[in-house]
Amino acid sequence: MTTNGWLQIAFFSLCVLGIARPLGLYLVRVYDGSVRWLAPVERAIYRIAGVDPSEDQHWTRYAAGLLLFSAASMLMTYVVLRLQGLLPLNPQGLAAVPARQAFETAASFTTNTNWQSYSGESTMSYLSQMTQLALHNFISSAVGMAVAVAFVRGIARRSAGKLGNFWADTVRGTLYVLLPGSIALALLLVQQGAIQNFSSYVELTTIEGARQVLAMGPVASQEAIKQLGTNGGGFFNANSAHPFENPTPWTNFWQMFAIFAIPSAMTYMLGRMVKNQRHGWAIWSAMFILFAGGVGVAYWAEARGNPIHAERGLDLATSTTNPGGNMEGKEVRFGIANSALFATVTTAASCGAVNSMHDSFTPLGGLVPLVNIQLGEVVFGGVGAGLYGILVMVILTVFIAGLMVGRTPEYLGKKVQAREVQMAMLYVLVFPAAILVTTALSVIVPSGLAGLNNHGPHGLSEILYAFSSTTANNGSAFAGLTGSTTYYNTLLGLNTLIGRFVMMVPMLALAGFLAEKKQAPESAGTFPVTSPLFVVLLLGVIVIVSALTFFPALALGPIVEHLAMGAGRLF
Amino acid sequence: MSVSKRPLFDPPIVKRAMRDAFAKLRPRAMVRNPVMFVVYAGSIVTTLVLLQDLVQGDGQVGFTVQLAIWLWFTALFANFAEAMAEGRGKAQADTLRASRAQTRAKKLDNPKDRHRFYFVPSNELERDDFVVCEPGDVIPSDGEVIDGVASVDESAITGESAPVIRESGGDRSAVTGGTKVLSDYLVVRITAGAGETFLDRMIALVEGAARQKTPNEIALTILLSGLTIVFLFAVVTLQPFAVYSGTSVSTPVLVALLVCLIPTTIGGLLSAIGIAGMDRMIQQNVIAMSGRAVEAAGDVNTLLLDKTGTITLGNRQAVSFYPMPGVDEAYLADRAQLASLADETPEGRSIVVLAKNMYGVRARTLTDGTRLVGAEGSAGADGTATASSHDEEHVRMAFIPFSASTRMSGVDTPSLELRKGAGDAVARWVQAHGGNGSAELKPLVERIAREGGTPLVVAERPVGLAVAPGQGGARILGVIYLKDVVKGGMRERFERLRAMGIRTVMITGDNPLTAAAIAQEAGVDDFLAEAKPEDKMALIKREQAGGKLVAMTGDGTNDAPALAQADVGVAMSSGTQAAKEAGNMIDLDSNPTKLIEVVEIGKQLLMTRGALTTFSIANDVAKYFAIIPAMFVAAYPELGALNIMHLHSATSAILASVIFNALIIIALIPLALRGVKYRPAAAGTILRNNLIVYGLGGLLIPFVGIKLLDMALVVLRLV
Repeated sequence: MTTNGWLQIAFFSLCVLGIARPLGLYLVRVYDGSVRWLAPVERAIYRIAGVDPSEDQHWTRYAAGLLLFSAASMLMTYVVLRLQGLLPLNPQGLAAVPARQAFETAASFTTNTNWQSYSGESTMSYLSQMTQLALHNFISSAVGMAVAVAFVRGIARRSAGKLGNFWADTVRGTLYVLLPGSIALALLLVQQGAIQNFSSYVELTTIEGARQVLAMGPVASQEAIKQLGTNGGGFFNANSAHPFENPTPWTNFWQMFAIFAIPSAMTYMLGRMVKNQRHGWAIWSAMFILFAGGVGVAYWAEARGNPIHAERGLDLATSTTNPGGNMEGKEVRFGIANSALFATVTTAASCGAVNSMHDSFTPLGGLVPLVNIQLGEVVFGGVGAGLYGILVMVILTVFIAGLMVGRTPEYLGKKVQAREVQMAMLYVLVFPAAILVTTALSVIVPSGLAGLNNHGPHGLSEILYAFSSTTANNGSAFAGLTGSTTYYNTLLGLNTLIGRFVMMVPMLALAGFLAEKKQAPESAGTFPVTSPLFVVLLLGVIVIVSALTFFPALALGPIVEHLAMGAGRLF
Repeated sequence: MSVSKRPLFDPPIVKRAMRDAFAKLRPRAMVRNPVMFVVYAGSIVTTLVLLQDLVQGDGQVGFTVQLAIWLWFTALFANFAEAMAEGRGKAQADTLRASRAQTRAKKLDNPKDRHRFYFVPSNELERDDFVVCEPGDVIPSDGEVIDGVASVDESAITGESAPVIRESGGDRSAVTGGTKVLSDYLVVRITAGAGETFLDRMIALVEGAARQKTPNEIALTILLSGLTIVFLFAVVTLQPFAVYSGTSVSTPVLVALLVCLIPTTIGGLLSAIGIAGMDRMIQQNVIAMSGRAVEAAGDVNTLLLDKTGTITLGNRQAVSFYPMPGVDEAYLADRAQLASLADETPEGRSIVVLAKNMYGVRARTLTDGTRLVGAEGSAGADGTATASSHDEEHVRMAFIPFSASTRMSGVDTPSLELRKGAGDAVARWVQAHGGNGSAELKPLVERIAREGGTPLVVAERPVGLAVAPGQGGARILGVIYLKDVVKGGMRERFERLRAMGIRTVMITGDNPLTAAAIAQEAGVDDFLAEAKPEDKMALIKREQAGGKLVAMTGDGTNDAPALAQADVGVAMSSGTQAAKEAGNMIDLDSNPTKLIEVVEIGKQLLMTRGALTTFSIANDVAKYFAIIPAMFVAAYPELGALNIMHLHSATSAILASVIFNALIIIALIPLALRGVKYRPAAAGTILRNNLIVYGLGGLLIPFVGIKLLDMALVVLRLV
């Protein structure tokens, strides 16, 4: 670990803190409809789509719109991927994507997961990338944000029962937040050397005389929304480790910042919309503490390296000529600090872009991304998903701890009763049901084990990571697992859908129930949701709920691997 | 119902509870509690595995036997906790049943003729039958007095030995079955059918026969069931992971892990906590009509308290006389006393007493009247009294009773008319009778009101022979200062409520000035002055519209709508039938300040649930550290590092965890029945304290407990 490394992490944290207020205020104005600088475009979209943006929707209608929209766009992508060979903008003449892979990809991009069981450069035509995958990068993020906004409205409104308009929220999020942000970020990336073209792939001879094919494409534009919308699906297989996607330490910083910008701002938006800014900051603090803990452990574990290497006489100390620690699977231009930070950010925020190989991290370093995902993507989390994810945890915290102050638990004046707990528990149950069951299945059936490159605890980690990543809609891969089989494409694709929609619908229901409620005024007897004590409680509930769910599996995976490494055993 | 304080573990109750614990093992009873049902199913599975092992003669029989026993104990301990909580209620109900002893009722065919009755068994009485009750008779059923006045011993219901007056009409017309008439007679119209009487309902409530899960209990059960399913996933998927890791876990061990992880502590005690909450209400002599009402009490935001009898002593007292210019103070006292002679209200009596104490008015000739009226005069229904005295004059005095329309009372003698009452009413009377208002009156009245007193204006009008020529007009004599006496300790109680975030609103018929002064003296947060019943209703609705929960007490029929509207309506046992039916709690002591205890019990109930839930979940951390290494240390010796308690062996670790899990239920029964300690404080403070005790405690205690049990198992050679 170096001072320089810590300073970079600290600088990054300050920027995430700094963006919360300005962007948060902007988000509030976007979603209450007072930002109008693209009003003509907006109106045109509504007219073409034939929707009434002023209709205030009940949660069932909001959810129905969301499901229909997602299903339709997923189907469209499936069809385009299957017909890719016949369509234009395909200079390499790439063939149709196989059926299961097309399903998995369509599901994965629709759900903001972007798990890729393919290599972009050898599978996807420019048309598929730009019109389908990039489109989903925008709309899946906008849908996530819409659900979060609807949820916050549910908390803020009194005796209403209506959550806003799904179409308007999705269109506004795309037009006023994601598009301008992506254009700005794409220009920054291009300036730093990311490529943006429609050229055929370039063949060249390297200095050593070998022949190499350089993949080309409209990379920067895709890259920007990949990060800003916490999508994570890389243009190339190497994702953000590829120099055309992420050429310099600066672009690396901008990319990480883009991942956290909207999730950080959404906590401020929450505070503003529910008229309790300190509550917004309390949530931000809880997220930040989990993030800081994660990055601290990951950086420490990676900088420390593998003790077995040290015993064999390798120099793991950091110096001006030696990065030290565990550099396996990391890019030299990023080094350990920025790789550990990127890994933490991308898994904390349900993004899934990677700039290093998580599989090659030390057991503890690799545990951090896995735990981040299993915490439920609430450490800033995906755009929108992070906010509503942590709000479920807040509601559970308020319920369990709120009883201890001797009142029916209240969250910002809304009573948390049977129906709300029911929806929150449905949400909580999705993770163990989807992740544990599919992982358990895969470690015993032959087609599950077939894709495994490593055995022992590390193999378990790989499978567990894959199902956690898809269910939590993260999309990053631990790697080491061949996911392009029919078995994995099917199960992983299904998990992305379950992890997205089976969680979103209870969320909207919960929001709808909250919106119907009266708001009790705050008094000295009200459970405090702004104090440091609340932050501690919230952290406790988040950690305990996921620890209790995943501890046995983790114990047999990364934890035992770490302990074994200490004892000189590797897997 | 006299409530004796029972010790927590009363031997007869414990004995009955132990029997009931086994009886409750019926699947139908167990399935009501999802968490404990999983324990139950796990115990059966383990027992089946044990039988299989015994038949086949393999497996770790000694270990499985102990595991099975402790799993069954876990289920039994939870049942025992519930049975203990119920047992206290059942014992209470038995006492009540004794007072419902079969009686014969004197039924009337014609309610106008109370002498022609015939005997019927009281349980054959129907609604709208008429009965007569004479001294020594037990009133056979709930009813309304339609004729007669009698003193009634209600100690069987209220535990209060002093008899109360019951009479037809007004707010004292309701009688309760099981109470006893001591004097005179009552003709009663029966208002409850057999099995529906207050006593019947009370027995059912106390016994918990009709107990339903309360809203919060349902929500908590959903949370606990959800957690149980989460753990079911975690434990069931552990077997494939184990197989992958090259080992396998036996079914009893998986059951043991599952039972340890699911929230059995709170799951096992949940219903006991609810029943005990109702029981604590009964200890306070409050009958809650439903658990829902007890829960709502904890949530109350606003308390509506009637001023009179709750905040102030029931009666205002005269403290001084303020004569008008030109009137002698002693003369005013004299006239005030005369005007109050027939006034039986405590205020009226306090005027008589004050006049006597300050001016010895009693020594004067008029005192004859006092004696006569007080001793021998009998007030007729029309308010006239005949002073059949030895007085030479044979004075005829007509008493004018207070009425809401005139807002005055007074007395008429052949020579004098006296009136006392509200300032404007008396002033109007004076003007109507040719007198002049006094300029000094208004500021004086206002000053007294501002100080929280009640100004009572006294005026006189000479009539008949006493009228001197040219002096026929009425005149205002002065003002009596009636002072409200705030009960001791009220200010402190309101401060406690404020600390809990509860706002108190005083309801009074006084004018705003008086109300403000008393409100300030008593330390309430707000007041509603010149309140009519409909104002009270409007206030409740307004508060509720703002998302607040309102509690109030009431006894009169005109309180009934408000009692029904309030979230917590405590009816006084002394009140009318309508009030008792409208409220969702009945205070047998008829003590309006009891509302504060009611709120505290409600809060304590919810706190106990929250504390034990937190405790239960926090316990799981230690159990993971005990059981996971025990399960997998054979496959991965490195996992021994997680055995931070250094437990003896895999079997001892698993057994110790299961035993701890079972014993903690027994250990926490007293807490579940008594409720967690409650001190009024702001939510943040309460939360911090409870979190340290039950959160941190819940995290640490099992580490110690499991370690000690592990050592004990080794010492006893059980592993």
